[in-house]
Amino acid sequence: MGEALHVETVEQALQNQEYKQALADLLFQLADDDFILAYRGSEWLGLAPHIEEDVAFSSMSQDMMGHAVMYYEMLEELGLGKADDIAQLRESAAFRNAILVERKNGVGEYNDDPHYDWAYAIVRSYVYGLHKQVRLEALQQSSYAPLVLISRKMLTEHRYHLMHWQVWLKQLANSTPDARQKLEAAIAKVWQDAGELSDLGLDADNIVRFGLIAGEDIHRQKWINLTKDIFQKAGLSWPGEPGKAAERGRAGEHTPELAQAVATLSEVYRIDPAASW
Amino acid sequence: MAHENMETLDQQEAACWELLQEVKDPEIPVISMVEMGMIHKVRVEAGVAHVEVLPTFVGCPALEIMKKNITEKLVEGEGINEVQVRFVYDPHWTSDRIAVDARDKLRSFGIAPPPLGFKPGDTWEVACPYCDSPYTTIENLFGPAACRSILYCRHCKNPFEALKPIY
Repeated sequence: MGEALHVETVEQALQNQEYKQALADLLFQLADDDFILAYRGSEWLGLAPHIEEDVAFSSMSQDMMGHAVMYYEMLEELGLGKADDIAQLRESAAFRNAILVERKNGVGEYNDDPHYDWAYAIVRSYVYGLHKQVRLEALQQSSYAPLVLISRKMLTEHRYHLMHWQVWLKQLANSTPDARQKLEAAIAKVWQDAGELSDLGLDADNIVRFGLIAGEDIHRQKWINLTKDIFQKAGLSWPGEPGKAAERGRAGEHTPELAQAVATLSEVYRIDPAASW
Repeated sequence: MAHENMETLDQQEAACWELLQEVKDPEIPVISMVEMGMIHKVRVEAGVAHVEVLPTFVGCPALEIMKKNITEKLVEGEGINEVQVRFVYDPHWTSDRIAVDARDKLRSFGIAPPPLGFKPGDTWEVACPYCDSPYTTIENLFGPAACRSILYCRHCKNPFEALKPIY
């Protein structure tokens, strides 16, 4: 890293244009990943396998949405617009989330014959959650003090999400052949995109140089080791190197599925952004 | 003069803490936000009360209600013209911050309090708030509020809630 930077406040961050830029780029990645996956999670409301799961999935989605809000507010402090506008009024090309989190939950639409894939929901949430765990831990050493504090807080909540997905993974892995087969198909599908999670985007060099977070390789290796261990304990075979989608979400390239998600989630806000709630 | 001023301020701050005892957690009406350990700091300056609050959960939907309730209560205070509530994350809230005597109040409300001194790797064992039996099962880690889980007592056959250990 070389430069032992320590940035205590937003005012200090604003004094260095390059630092601010790198920080904002990282914050967009963190915020958009949580925000979009929280939206996908909320689309399960009323469709989860049983009522307790409805409560659990909604609760986790609410937590993740809360985490996204914290990051959007940090972007607002950096002068990039109002947090609500950043979340809801951007075009999809401005989003920096990984492709994995924007994929639809399955066939059909929420209001029109939804045949969502529960195994995919579990594997995606869990694999993303493990990556998030590694990322939040890495942020404990960030040069940006406010980010250290907030990620520390998120870790305390996030561990309950991991416990929850762990239960589901084990149960499906050790259940009927049908469940097992659906689980393996879901892993294969998640694996096509999962490699992008540790991508730090277009400003990766500065993000690492300024000590905002550790480099992609360190992150990736930790995440793979953690995931391998969990798959092994569940008796699942390792799917090999994770792949990447044709689009690079971290660079603003997205599938039409993101545009559709953003249009739906911001529909009410766009009608009257000045309305008071 | 300066000394007298300081005294008035101290009194005003003490009065604010008193008033805050009456501001209940919106989702657990038996205990106050002070007892929950959520009020970090109160500072009064020129008629403005600055309150620093530690959220239990980042995405808690009750935060805005808390802000409103604190503000409405503190403007009742003598010489307080304005209230500024700020949510801070340093220090972060842990369940060890819940006052010891508030733990019994939680139990009386049917909520098992979180264990004290919980560390990573510890197993979370919850005694039933009604009959104190250790024979309980977790029905759902997630409950009606972000900070609560749903459990069931196999001894007295009551469902109940427990506050998650946050550490």
